[in-house]
Amino acid sequence: MKYAVLVYETNDDFAAREDARAKDYWDGHGAYFGALQAAGVFTGGAGLTPPRAATTVRVRGGARQVTDGPYADIKEQLGGFYLIEVENLDAALAWAEKCPGARTGSIEVRPLIEMNQ
Amino acid sequence: MSASRLAERVARESYGRLLALLAARTRDVAAAEDALAEAFAAALTAWPRAGAPDNPEAWLFAAAKRKLIDAARRAQTATQSEAEIVRGMEEIEEEMAARDIPDRRLGLMFACAHPAIEESLRTPLMLQAVLGFSAERIAAAFLVEPKAMGQRLVRAKKKIKEAGVGFDVPGPEAWPVRMSAVLDAVYAAFASGWSDPMGGDPERSGLTEEAIWLGRVLASQAPQSAEGLGLLALMLHLDARRPARRDDEGRFVPLDQQDVALWRRELIEEAEETLRRASRLGAPGRYQLEAAIQSAHASRAWRGAPDWGAIVLLYQALTELTGSPVALLNAAAAIAQRDGAEAGYDAAEAASARFPVLRDYQPYWALLADLCAKLGRKEAARVAYDEAMAREQDGAVVAFLKARRDAL
Repeated sequence: MKYAVLVYETNDDFAAREDARAKDYWDGHGAYFGALQAAGVFTGGAGLTPPRAATTVRVRGGARQVTDGPYADIKEQLGGFYLIEVENLDAALAWAEKCPGARTGSIEVRPLIEMNQ
Repeated sequence: MSASRLAERVARESYGRLLALLAARTRDVAAAEDALAEAFAAALTAWPRAGAPDNPEAWLFAAAKRKLIDAARRAQTATQSEAEIVRGMEEIEEEMAARDIPDRRLGLMFACAHPAIEESLRTPLMLQAVLGFSAERIAAAFLVEPKAMGQRLVRAKKKIKEAGVGFDVPGPEAWPVRMSAVLDAVYAAFASGWSDPMGGDPERSGLTEEAIWLGRVLASQAPQSAEGLGLLALMLHLDARRPARRDDEGRFVPLDQQDVALWRRELIEEAEETLRRASRLGAPGRYQLEAAIQSAHASRAWRGAPDWGAIVLLYQALTELTGSPVALLNAAAAIAQRDGAEAGYDAAEAASARFPVLRDYQPYWALLADLCAKLGRKEAARVAYDEAMAREQDGAVVAFLKARRDAL
């Protein structure tokens, strides 16, 4: 099954990308990406810039509303995602557990909708 | 066991085995249940006419398989192509032809008790998938609205299918967490039946037997799980005393006043043998400790008195292992038996100092009341009985406490 491994990061995780911990942060994700590829389960993914770069759009009553920042002001924000293809939920959870963000933030595992060929 | 009862048992054995096979590939428990229900209905009309087939399980599997493929063809679901279902079924049929029908019920139990399933739903899901209980029967046993239970079960089955919960038995490295979730779900079924001390509610009291059935499936499928064997031994020990738990008027009889002649010796012997098998595996745990405690109580049947020294040590070990306040309170009650009421009272006070939550727990007050009465502190005993009654919902137990209070 195909799963999205969604990496929710704390403010401190986002800070760690840019301060003295930056090398550790990026090396951690680099190693994780390498492990997913080596196991042949990686099918896609992307890292996201911090929430400060986000702009949110809504259309209400036909009118466009544009606001600064992410859609909701919550403690952990989406920092990126990996797409993987594995046998079942247990295998997906085992990969999620190894994701660097799991130790400080939260990793949400969500199956992708399978499209008809 | 009567013939109809035997037939029911055989059907149940087949039900869980067949459901586990039918659902394993598709992970669609609901579709497998529907197909199996239709297959059983078809058997009821076909067998009396043509006679029962040589291999009833293979007949039922073939019938359910056809229903499942028909349903998939009709639904043409986005996630599961018909060809995939047919391929999965063919693989299972090869296995069936090769030897006895494979028993995948343990994998099904692991799926039902998966951490991705909400904890309170794991037991109901297991009762339904492995034993074929209806949502109505489960709702009656757990004292909830049938409609609500039905909806929650439907949601849980959707979660299994959509999230891709596997039906494989996880590797030993995952067992400390995953197996204990399975055991806890089985024990919750037992406890739900056991907590009906009057035994007046057949839906609830019947659950102890069903839980033991699940425990036997576990023990046969995972004989290397010491805690699985420990759980079965625990349930067998408790169930052995069921005939002695009530008197002729249906009143609650506490363990120390039960007539040992009413205990079911064959269950005690099976429990002891199961516990010995567990301890030979050298992996102690909560359920084995609890079974060992019940074993020490059972020894009253041939020693004349329980082995209170062993019971104290086992409850203390259980407290250290699980951090359970109730275990420490039970250790205090055992100390009272071993060393006298004064020592027991001190131990109970020490337990509530360590775990203040005990001061809101009915059995804590009942123990204090009993010990105060023994020590001749009548006023303190009355106050403690009042505290105990204020914390008890069960009318039979309240009546029992009140009778004790009035006898002071």
